[in-house]
Amino acid sequence: MAQPSNAAVLDGMADDLDAGYGAFVRAHSTAVFSTALRLSGSRAEADDLAQETFIRAYKALRRFDSERVLLLEARPWLVTITLNLWRNSLRRAARRPRETNATHPEPPDRRRGPEAAVEDGEDSQFLVGLLRALPEHHRVPVVLRHVVGLSYAEISSVLDCPVGTAKANVARGLDRLRSLADSPAPPAKKNKKESP
Amino acid sequence: MTPKTVSPNIMSPKTLSTVDAAALRRLRIDAPEGFVDTVLDALGLHHPDQLVTVTSPAGDLFVAFSDDGISAVMPTALFGGDPEKFATQHREETGRPVVAGIRPPAGLVSALRSGRATSLRYDLSGLTPFERAVLTKTLEIPSGEVRPYGWVARQIGRPKAVRAVGSALGRNPVPVLIPCHRVVRSDGQIGNYGLGVPMKRALLSAEGVDITRLERLADAGVRYIGSDTTKVFCVPSCVHARRIRSAHEVRFRTEAAALGAGYRPCAHCTPAAVRSAS
Repeated sequence: MAQPSNAAVLDGMADDLDAGYGAFVRAHSTAVFSTALRLSGSRAEADDLAQETFIRAYKALRRFDSERVLLLEARPWLVTITLNLWRNSLRRAARRPRETNATHPEPPDRRRGPEAAVEDGEDSQFLVGLLRALPEHHRVPVVLRHVVGLSYAEISSVLDCPVGTAKANVARGLDRLRSLADSPAPPAKKNKKESP
Repeated sequence: MTPKTVSPNIMSPKTLSTVDAAALRRLRIDAPEGFVDTVLDALGLHHPDQLVTVTSPAGDLFVAFSDDGISAVMPTALFGGDPEKFATQHREETGRPVVAGIRPPAGLVSALRSGRATSLRYDLSGLTPFERAVLTKTLEIPSGEVRPYGWVARQIGRPKAVRAVGSALGRNPVPVLIPCHRVVRSDGQIGNYGLGVPMKRALLSAEGVDITRLERLADAGVRYIGSDTTKVFCVPSCVHARRIRSAHEVRFRTEAAALGAGYRPCAHCTPAAVRSAS
């Protein structure tokens, strides 16, 4: 079945939010889920983040008038929500370090089992490990640009920075990834979800 | 887990080209199956349909409906009589769960008895505008009569979309009620049916269609019947065609032959309705 156009999806929601919301979720679920998965590194966490994103989005949309719905830049808007939710969850996790970080140090990707390895393929597994080794300020722009496929203008609005900065951070992130790829040390060891 | 999977790759050094836009693009992954449903459920946006079982000339039927109308009709026999199995399929097709209904929607039982289901409400929201047009037109075919696929195509202003009409009817979510069994091949043969040809024949026989007669006419290449007293021609199953005495019956192979002989198309079965428009 052909995907409805972005405008058609927004039209449907402006017309009747409840009736049109399913199509909206369907149209953007890949972008939101990929963002959540590649930021959090965990499938289960990505599931939660993506669901919560669309629940928040719905509640916000209920307060929008139809004109505002029609003008919505859906992808960057949704990805911003995902990013904020992810940062909040990191902050929450950091606030109770005894439980999660210190006593039971969690492997960052504990719920990604052999299935994920098959799904991602060997090369992708390697790349996932590298991505996780990137500090947040490089990882986020790289994920938004190259995994999710946002434009630099969209990234600048998501990260609330000038377009030039967005471009530079994507480029630096890529360079960093490449040098990590060539470095002999297993990159996953260095992983910290958050760099202070 | 992952570090272990990664390490063999580290051992065999990767070239720079591994980290490129295309490789990163492959890290884009679809949300898990059922994700949309989970979100809509969490938001309470899934209004369940009600499910009832009714008897009909086609045997017992599952009927799903809501305030928006009847959205699905299926013989219970296709699901071994198990409403759970029907519910699963219904949810896959419409995204809506079903709950047990208390009573059938108003008018359903009498519509099944009379074969006149035009006044019921149908929820065809999941269909394309073309499919909706086909089904809405099909609903007008009276009980006991049949029309060719080409007739439906012409009536909805898409005379060339005969095959598409066939597939739209094949996807009719509310068979028996929207009588896609009353649409037959353009040569007059009975043709296919989503619920099986025997069911189509049984439904037509039950509403008084003389299938043997129609097939005999089709075999002889007769597509239209006229009366030499009224000079009107009809499709063979038209209620007016059936009233023509054999002494006055004139048979035509084509619409052009009938028109050429000075006959005009019947206003009830409209064998040539769209002709003047095109």
